[in-house]
Amino acid sequence: MSSDIRFTDFKSDKQPTWCPGCGDFGTMNGMMKALAETGNSPDDTFVVAGIGCSGKIGTYMHSYALHGVHGRALPVGIGVKMANPDLEVMVAGGDGDGYSIGAGHFIHAVRRNVDMTYVVMDNRIYGLTKGQASPTSREDFETSTSPDGPNQPPVNPKALALSAGATFIAQSFSSNSQRHAEIVQKAIEHDGFGFVNVYSPCVTFNDVDTYDYFRDTIVDLDETDHDSTDRDQAKDKIMESDKEYMGVLYQDESSVGFEEREGVEGSMAEIPDGAPDGATDLVREFY
Amino acid sequence: MPEDLNWAIGGEAGDGIDSTGKIFAQALSRAGRHVFTSKDFASRIRGGYTAYKVRTSVDRVESVVDRLDILIALTERTIHENEDELHDDSVVIYDGERSTMQDVEVPGDAIALEVPLKRLAEDAGGAIMLNVVALGAACEVTNFPIENLDESLQKRFGDKGEAIVENNKEAARMGQEYVQEEYDHDFGYDVETTDEDYVLLNGDEAIGMGAIAAGCRFYAGYPITPATDVMEYLTGRIDQFGGKVVQAEDELSAINMALGAARAGARSMTATSGPGIDLMTETFGLVATSETPLVICDVMRSGPSTGMPTKQEQGDLNMTLYGGHGEIPRFVVAPTTISECFWKTVEAFNLAEKYQTPVFLVSDLALAVTEQTFSPDTFDMDEVEVDRGNVVDEEDIDAYLDEQGRFQAHFPAADGVSPRAFPGTADGAHMTTGLEHDELGRRTEDTEVRIEQVDKRQRKVDTAREQEEFDYREYGDPDADTLIISWGSNEGAMREGLSFLEEEGYDIRFISVPYIFPRPDLTEEVEAAEEVIVVECNATGQFADVIEHDVLERVERVNKYNGVRFKADELATEIKEALGDDASTQEVEAE
Repeated sequence: MSSDIRFTDFKSDKQPTWCPGCGDFGTMNGMMKALAETGNSPDDTFVVAGIGCSGKIGTYMHSYALHGVHGRALPVGIGVKMANPDLEVMVAGGDGDGYSIGAGHFIHAVRRNVDMTYVVMDNRIYGLTKGQASPTSREDFETSTSPDGPNQPPVNPKALALSAGATFIAQSFSSNSQRHAEIVQKAIEHDGFGFVNVYSPCVTFNDVDTYDYFRDTIVDLDETDHDSTDRDQAKDKIMESDKEYMGVLYQDESSVGFEEREGVEGSMAEIPDGAPDGATDLVREFY
Repeated sequence: MPEDLNWAIGGEAGDGIDSTGKIFAQALSRAGRHVFTSKDFASRIRGGYTAYKVRTSVDRVESVVDRLDILIALTERTIHENEDELHDDSVVIYDGERSTMQDVEVPGDAIALEVPLKRLAEDAGGAIMLNVVALGAACEVTNFPIENLDESLQKRFGDKGEAIVENNKEAARMGQEYVQEEYDHDFGYDVETTDEDYVLLNGDEAIGMGAIAAGCRFYAGYPITPATDVMEYLTGRIDQFGGKVVQAEDELSAINMALGAARAGARSMTATSGPGIDLMTETFGLVATSETPLVICDVMRSGPSTGMPTKQEQGDLNMTLYGGHGEIPRFVVAPTTISECFWKTVEAFNLAEKYQTPVFLVSDLALAVTEQTFSPDTFDMDEVEVDRGNVVDEEDIDAYLDEQGRFQAHFPAADGVSPRAFPGTADGAHMTTGLEHDELGRRTEDTEVRIEQVDKRQRKVDTAREQEEFDYREYGDPDADTLIISWGSNEGAMREGLSFLEEEGYDIRFISVPYIFPRPDLTEEVEAAEEVIVVECNATGQFADVIEHDVLERVERVNKYNGVRFKADELATEIKEALGDDASTQEVEAE
């Protein structure tokens, strides 16, 4: 890893097609800054994304990357990290991608605790399909497919994560770029599954959860006496449905990544030209 | 008496039927006899009829037959279930002292051999060993030296301590002695031993062993009958070779994990059965479009839906051949024997990496649960070759960078095969996606690039047809008027069936095909025959359909796949061209 890596090295030459003012610009820039700050280079970073506006991120960043199918980015990231723990693996998703179609994978990725970073760009709406309710949309939020509101409460992803045994839960806001990059950096440095839910406003379809709303509401945990190593405190904060927080809500500092606990020692890419040494013993077993 | 012996133990699931059968099968194998096993089982953990059947001979055995010589019946139902297979010289061993077995009537003239299995087992140290008492009795009936059981018992019970092993040996001898003393009778069976060394394994184990031999390092899967044995085999073994098995939360996750590992450079595999293949189908296109080498194994069972999970069928051929939206290049390889389960797995990994495509390894329940003996050199590890295809490293990557220094992971090479850089390779960073993309992996809707990339991916199949041998195996008379074709596990039964037919004067050419796509062109063979029969375990004849398709005279095709609909003037030109007339109306984009 080279120390002269700058965050712009993680930029690809593709111009983003996100709407002007989209929160995803800030979210991505923070990710790139955090990667550079933690000493990673594009050649040893693997970015995985699913579908939707968030899924485009792999195209706009420069690294090894895979843009997969809807909701399945986490399993891909797990496979990459298990096969080569030397890579920095970052998975990006949206609230639909991550908490609807991919909700099952989310819970299991959390409990598996592979050492990777999961950034969810939460804009509380389906943007790329032009404005339908998402799993984090408010109960009364009117959209093209929910003219009277979804009539069901939004999921609380941080509560899901906590209950599934998360070792790192953070909340960020794309507009506060310095703080956002700092939070993602902490997630990268965490040994285990670093989960960051990022408020990343949709300026086109969501006129409720706007920049102004988050700016007025969000409370920086660094300005409170929150102890992120205290699970009970984290639980209380996470369950306050009328509050928005920014910062690390919970971190288990004794966490060790799944791949390390499973004894994966290095890249699985190198294999011999023929059957590995000792393969004949596999046959002998059947005598 | 026939050359081969057919033996079975049956009872309720949970009675230790499987392990008892396996102990006997292993003892036979170790004694230098060929073995072919089959299982009757139901989809439940305890209760319900289950049986383990062993066919054994000093000659190779390739299939099951409808005849039972020795039956150990732990329940009355076992006798009823196998009534039709019993004959006058069959011996039925059962415990007439048990309350549930007191009224048992052994059908026909078969010999009823009452042995107080439970009582003798208790004398030997515990009622749980009653199956082993029955094995001892069976040894006596068949003149099979009981010492051959000892090592199998050691293998089965060694972990539980020497005392348990000794008790079991004692239990077997008590069964043997009881028959000696109570039945002064020659049953007419003589299971002789030989000096041959054999190994005994099933198709799932052969696939797992093939995967490790081929350098597979990552496996993700979700338990499902009858594919689970592949995962169970790899768990605990692959680690010794630097690999890892992950049990995923579902099949969607399993195939995506395997895809991620493959992109990171590991030889990677997942295995499932029909219902799991349905779920994985979502990702087939991504594997193909991102040009990721991946082995996807489908161990077929009876469908549709959850169907009959513990029963045989070959109903997923169309699924593996056509499954997934859009059109994707893929290979479908279907081993026809247990030893081929090993070798085709090795080949599947090589095909996947050489052509950077999904390779479907299609097996079936009959192969998966059947154990068969082989000479150990059938699995000669020195014969295993690993071909990773076009992998570039830091030294040679410059040749694959464009003028801006960007790695062209999807370069439209003449043979359709692009360079591959494992993540971590300097200057190799690139995007890959299920979206249509250019040579750099960047999303595109450009009509020309679309055609270029579709053609590039399809060219892999043409290249493979040139470079690989997708051939078949042939038996019987090559000049016969009757041609029989089969795929999958039917080969063994068909080969033996062929000998029955030949004895009756039938003249038959039999072709067994281990490649579904690309597959050998059988046009000449089909046209040379008067009668063509395709044998397969399904209702509609899916393989028969593709064989018929292949020998049809081809229609002309007008295709367009650049993302734009047909236009009238363009179509007119295309049709004229298809008719062999000059295409002079205008230039068209479509092929």
